[in-house]
Amino acid sequence: MDIYKQRKYFIQIIFILVGVVYIIRLFALQMVDASYKISASNNVLRYITQYPARGLVYDRNNELLVYNQATYDLMLVPRQLTSFDTTNLCNIINISKPQLIEKINKAKHYSYFKPSLFLKQMSSVTYADLQEKLYKFHGFFVQTRTLRKYPKKFAAHALGYVGEVDKAITKKHKYYNLGDYIGISGIEKSYEKELRGKKGVQIFLVDVHNRIKGNYKKGKYDTSAVAGANLTTTLDATLQAYGEKLMQNKKGSIVAIEPSTGEILTIVTSPSYNPNLLIGRIRTENYLKLLKDTLKPLFNRALMAKYPPGSTFKIITALVGLQEKVLYKSTQYSCHGGYHSGRVTVRCHYHPSPLNLIHAIQYSCNTYFCNVYRNIIDNSEFASTDEGFKVWRDDVTSFGFGNKLGSDFPNELSGNIPTSAYYDKYYGQGHWSSLTTISLAIGQGELGITPLQMANMTSTVANRGFYYTPHIVKNISNKKSIDEKFFVKHYTKIDSSYFPIVIDGMEKVVNGEAGSTARIAKINDIIVCGKTGTAQNPHGDNHSIFIAFAPKDDPKIAVAVFIENGGYGARWAAPTASLMIEKYIKKSVSRKWLENYILNCDLINVQTQDKHME
Amino acid sequence: MYKRKTNIWNNIDWLTVVLYLILITFGWINIYSAVYNDGHQSIFDITQRYGKQLLWISASFILILIVFLIDVKFYSFFAYIIYFATILLLISVLFLGKEIHGARSWFVIGNFRFQPAEFAKVATSIVLSKYISSFNLKIKKFKTLFTIAAIILTPVALIFLQNDTGSALVYFVFILVLYREGLSINYIFIGILITALFIASLLVDKLIIFFSIEIIALIIFILRNKNIKHIIIALITISLTTFIVWKINNLFNYNLSFYIVNLIGLTISSIILSIIAYWHKMNYIFIILGVLYSSIIFSNSVDYFFNNILEPHQQKRINILLRIENDPLGTGYNVNQSKIAIGSGGFSGKGFLQGTQTKFNFVPEQSTDFIFCTIGEERGFIGTSIVVLLFLFLLLRIIYLAERQRSRFSRVFGYCVASILFFHIAINIGMTIGLTPVIGIPLPFFSYGGSSLWAFTILLFIFIRLDASRLELFG
Repeated sequence: MDIYKQRKYFIQIIFILVGVVYIIRLFALQMVDASYKISASNNVLRYITQYPARGLVYDRNNELLVYNQATYDLMLVPRQLTSFDTTNLCNIINISKPQLIEKINKAKHYSYFKPSLFLKQMSSVTYADLQEKLYKFHGFFVQTRTLRKYPKKFAAHALGYVGEVDKAITKKHKYYNLGDYIGISGIEKSYEKELRGKKGVQIFLVDVHNRIKGNYKKGKYDTSAVAGANLTTTLDATLQAYGEKLMQNKKGSIVAIEPSTGEILTIVTSPSYNPNLLIGRIRTENYLKLLKDTLKPLFNRALMAKYPPGSTFKIITALVGLQEKVLYKSTQYSCHGGYHSGRVTVRCHYHPSPLNLIHAIQYSCNTYFCNVYRNIIDNSEFASTDEGFKVWRDDVTSFGFGNKLGSDFPNELSGNIPTSAYYDKYYGQGHWSSLTTISLAIGQGELGITPLQMANMTSTVANRGFYYTPHIVKNISNKKSIDEKFFVKHYTKIDSSYFPIVIDGMEKVVNGEAGSTARIAKINDIIVCGKTGTAQNPHGDNHSIFIAFAPKDDPKIAVAVFIENGGYGARWAAPTASLMIEKYIKKSVSRKWLENYILNCDLINVQTQDKHME
Repeated sequence: MYKRKTNIWNNIDWLTVVLYLILITFGWINIYSAVYNDGHQSIFDITQRYGKQLLWISASFILILIVFLIDVKFYSFFAYIIYFATILLLISVLFLGKEIHGARSWFVIGNFRFQPAEFAKVATSIVLSKYISSFNLKIKKFKTLFTIAAIILTPVALIFLQNDTGSALVYFVFILVLYREGLSINYIFIGILITALFIASLLVDKLIIFFSIEIIALIIFILRNKNIKHIIIALITISLTTFIVWKINNLFNYNLSFYIVNLIGLTISSIILSIIAYWHKMNYIFIILGVLYSSIIFSNSVDYFFNNILEPHQQKRINILLRIENDPLGTGYNVNQSKIAIGSGGFSGKGFLQGTQTKFNFVPEQSTDFIFCTIGEERGFIGTSIVVLLFLFLLLRIIYLAERQRSRFSRVFGYCVASILFFHIAINIGMTIGLTPVIGIPLPFFSYGGSSLWAFTILLFIFIRLDASRLELFG
């Protein structure tokens, strides 16, 4: 009767076929393809980073040197944008309309859904203005970040600065994301791990309009931010400020160390800059300006400038001579205007003759130390010049010369103490002698020493034969102590019994009778021991150098002063060092005339004037 | 009388009723989950959709009771009256209805919204059953076909006018019912051909379509006519005339396109062949030629239809389905988010009320058209496959029940129910998993909404009622 009954199978097959196809499709969607799960969590999970406050930095007397200032970043989620009064917004945040459009397009290009940085670091005034009207601008919100502030405006090189990480860093260190800050130089860099603290993250669920609907899994996977550790530096804020003031209009460096601990009391590089210039929105612009400055204010002279030590090195020559038993306290050499040997002449200035060791230091006699040096190298105990030179070099480098000291600065240089290999290469093996390298005796020639190394040497002498690695941080708030290596005594190869003789000479340099080289550095009731130096400078006037420590017994401060193109060591460096010592030990300076003498010294503008006159 | 009544209750197919209850319960749980928020936790809160849906479900049970109380003859007897009343409603909603989401298909009385298009399916099913079950009716005569077309297309046209394309398209599924009742398979092939041509015209160059049609026509000719001589004559005629037209075009620089050259060639050759065929009384040639030319005309008019008649959002949906356009943030956004939600469910889902994609509105229309996403996300593959299987089981059960009817009216109505449910299920689930275009039609028993729930309930239970009385009905 029903001839079409068979057709039911066709319809049933269609139904079954569709059912099977759908189940296969669902299997593929739900079981095979994992990408939908990822898309789903991208849809709903928002990771909001909790930025910890960066650690504060104090000086040795708990004066605040670096703190954080809140700033406000304007963020934008393009998808939430609705039409708004653009002129109004432009006026509040002070940008032009084309800029506004460009920024919105940039944000859209980055992501429609993710918040992107719209305007960096608004001032609190702008923020206050904007906050009231923010409800009118859908899609915009404000994120609080912090900026570093330097209330003392000094020690820019030592403290360093922070900046946003670049892509290379984010690739290397997973901790950082684009937009994070990282220490780029100084303490900010070397103590980055301690200062940065630990970022936290809060995971929120958001709906399609990017509105936060609640915590993901009730905050089970959230971590809270851990604030960075506070650092107490070894700097003495008063002394640092004073040092920078004395160095105004001069190029050079002052480094002062507490000999008994290796703590750096002051580290001045001049010219410097106001560290507040290198923060936040203005950083890039100012950095470029500083980079172009012919005086190189970004160059960290205290750690990176290599100077020949000049006559200050005679201290080392003397100590090596004593150690190698080619020199005794009573050894005398006569000097008639210089040291002459063969075709070599090292000239000397007028002074009494002959001199013993103490007087030789007191008058800084070139002839005397040339003799000592030659006796060290040409010592009959050694088979060759080479061997003698190696002994000399070993003794010299035991003061921390020629190598990085290992301080807690990120960019220390090792300086230069020539090797015999260097001379072999330069003159040919066997073609050089103590006479060829005679200038090393008086701290000239191939020697390159940084102000930090020089201050460390002074500190070593003050300690009568050992030093602690100089360092600038003495306490980290979340750690029991700083690195153990800063508590290790480094002994030189010179027996401590030889130091008093040299120190007696250094005392005479400052406190001796007329003709002593640095009487200008004398302080009435403190025994200052010092040594002048004048580094020959092929590019211009000699550099004025002075090293000193005081008091003679139980020294509190060792200081090295380098003033570029300052002429004789006694001229500018010695009085500067003396003022620093007085300021540190007596807390105030009574010799106002000397202070004014230094403050009025202008070696930078004079030079430029000279150039104009040419 | 009394004896008959007890028979009815005993003869109810409880399996289908149980399937219905399972689906409706699961559906309600999913609506609860889809619109759940902490502020309103009471399931009876009628400010929330799950609270309202509970109300609609309760009302459905009353409707079921009414359906069971009404005598089975009622539908057959009042079929036309029901139908015309529904048509009147469809007309009046055009004037009195309220526009929601761009479709003027709702009556709004206070808080209550009513969509006549949903009930028009029931009325059309009844009247179709009534008409087809007329004595000795054969779905072959032109007049019969015309009447059936009029019955189906009248509500379609009215619903199209309401701008509710989705609901209108549902009515094309009646072709399955007609097929079962004897509609020539050719019509289904024509349907498939039209769809294929439509898609191909949008996707492929018209020259390729032209040659494909030509080759298919030739193959049909070869299949019908095994005489090699005729085939060779036909091939030579076509090639020769086309070549001559091409030569003339080159010679006189008419600058006709290659497509036009072939078209003219084909036309001339087919006139020649028609004359030959007429002599030899090979009338089927005219049918082949008729199909050939209608195809060509159709494929050319598709472009016009697509670009000038379809609304932009309809063009876009078709484009996205055909992968012509890829726009994950625009129209494709719904489908993309829907796939993300379902895909993220994995094997066993995220758990009840744990869906994030559906909960935070990434999926649009999550309690109505995209309710399947909630199942996918929270119940995983287990949940989705069980739902698909339940539906499949229900559909096959209805077919089984329909086939056991003695009355043609009941059987046709059963097929109507199965076909309508099938179309809704296939299109709705299909669009959430990116297999069918986004057509806004509800998933039976799952999607939020009183009108659709009641319409499906009435549809299913009239059939259950008919089935329960199958022993009383004949013819």
